[in-house]
Amino acid sequence: MASDAPALIATSGDSLREAFGKALSALADEFPKVVVLDADIAGGTGVHHFRKSHPERFLQFGIAEQNMMAAAGGLAAVGHIPIVTTFAVFCLRAIEQARLSLCYARRNAKIVASHPGIDVGPDGGSAQALEDLAAFRAIPGMTVISPADPLEMAQATRAILEFDGPVYMRTGRSPARRLFGEDHVFKIGKGNILRDGCDVTIVACGVEVARAMDAAELLAGEGISARVVNMATIKPIDAELLARCAEETGAIVTAEDHNIFGGLGGAVAESLVSTRPCPVEFVGLQDTFGASGEPDELADAFGISAPHIAAAARRAITRKAAQ
Amino acid sequence: MTDTAKIIVGENPSDLAKDLAVAAAFTRKHAIASIYHAGSGHPGGAMSSADILACLFGAEMNFWPDQIHDPQRDRFVLSKGHGAPALYAIAAHHGFCGIKDSLRLRKLNSPFQGHPHVLDLPWVETSTGSLGQGISVALGMAMGLKLQKNPARVYTLLGDGELQEGEVWEAAMCAAHHRLDNLCAIIDYNKLQSDNSNEVIMRLEPLAAKFRAFDWAVAEVDGHDIVELLSAFRRASATHGRPAVVIAHTIKGKGVPYMENIPTWHGSVKLTREQAEDALAALGADGSEIRELLDHGQ
Repeated sequence: MASDAPALIATSGDSLREAFGKALSALADEFPKVVVLDADIAGGTGVHHFRKSHPERFLQFGIAEQNMMAAAGGLAAVGHIPIVTTFAVFCLRAIEQARLSLCYARRNAKIVASHPGIDVGPDGGSAQALEDLAAFRAIPGMTVISPADPLEMAQATRAILEFDGPVYMRTGRSPARRLFGEDHVFKIGKGNILRDGCDVTIVACGVEVARAMDAAELLAGEGISARVVNMATIKPIDAELLARCAEETGAIVTAEDHNIFGGLGGAVAESLVSTRPCPVEFVGLQDTFGASGEPDELADAFGISAPHIAAAARRAITRKAAQ
Repeated sequence: MTDTAKIIVGENPSDLAKDLAVAAAFTRKHAIASIYHAGSGHPGGAMSSADILACLFGAEMNFWPDQIHDPQRDRFVLSKGHGAPALYAIAAHHGFCGIKDSLRLRKLNSPFQGHPHVLDLPWVETSTGSLGQGISVALGMAMGLKLQKNPARVYTLLGDGELQEGEVWEAAMCAAHHRLDNLCAIIDYNKLQSDNSNEVIMRLEPLAAKFRAFDWAVAEVDGHDIVELLSAFRRASATHGRPAVVIAHTIKGKGVPYMENIPTWHGSVKLTREQAEDALAALGADGSEIRELLDHGQ
């Protein structure tokens, strides 16, 4: 049922947050139970589109995320599908509310977090959530998603509305490159091979998928054939695809705009150790906070740019050869 | 108060008041027994909230066991989730659950967890136990019901120590902003919290003025006076354009002399057989009722 989605992202180069906001607005009539919860940053999260198209279902909570998160549980309890929207760092502020009042109570509520990672850019370290994937992944029953391009974001928006259960989904602040053709189909829990290769597999999510594609191009110039997997669902992770990639390429690199602990890399490693262990290299922030700067400058400075991913791929291949 | 009582309860005010007093007494005795069997739990707040719960479940709320899935039922959220033994007791009294089943408090494979859980008990509206969240969940319900033009009301019971959670005041601001006159919060204001008095731990006063400043309709009552409680709930229901709070002045451990006004009995505590028997006797149980509750409860 992803057929409607492409029309939603007519503007190529939309940020993921804008793609989400447009998709949500376009899907609102089809999902009349949806209500959107905002903490005074609708312009930043993309839901200003929904506010304009469906003001009667747009609920303002002011700058008070804990109350907003738990109130979503109450809205879900009386039959709505609440979409909690704020920046990823402020989702962390209300994570205990998400734990008790959404996940423990198994509510059909969605948390959509914009401004994750150093992709936030100039606002600096205080605003750059590098822990959210790990933290929300650790809550029992929480599904965790981080789409990579505007088309996939629109499809994922539909998918989370069709899915019954609590979801944490990352969007993104900066303009996002189109990676997928119109035939792309996002499914919760399924990764997909974006570029095939046989020497190493780069598993990425969110803004790092585009950088992984650039890294594969760099590696191709050196005669290294890198496979790129878009792992848009971090939980539940696509264990079957990971095992197959480990089997077929024998070396894995994970790439995420997140701390190296507990996020995509952690999920991939946890999965592979019990299915098909192989050398894994982790690209992410090395247990440090971010800083101000433009997203690409920050990616260079903090070690998550395409050349860093390519270097990690070479290390993984060297380790594979040494086995 | 006699006139008010007549207005409130119709033709047989004394009958209803009597019924509610019986329900409150049952709630206290059942809570003591379940905490005794559990070997842990919070008796002090269960005693202080029993009359409030008796009035809500026995008179004020449109919420009965045959309507637990009725969209138009009133909702109750126990924001002070550690008051679970009293909630289970009043629910058992009204037939939401079995009396003996609900004495299996805090036991493996029992749905009567230490704090209420919506997935375990179909008549529990949401899971609580982390202070401050219940009022927000209740607010979300009230907001949703208003959007749906559903006339149901939402009631939430908070502890006084709970008011130290910042989230409560986020919710207080939000409920007033959205004019949620279908929301009624009740404060079980027994003046004591886990370690000591509110006054020592973190002062709440002037409490009524705080809620008024947040633009809530405020009623202050004796939380052990059934007529005053019912009257306050009626006034809360009649409030338009604002949420209402009933500040119920209560006594922690009410009805059990050795517990009254002593923070130690906030819990979680283990009751000895002797303590449980003394408490039940003070609450009016005779020998056979005590044996029934303490010997055959499990």
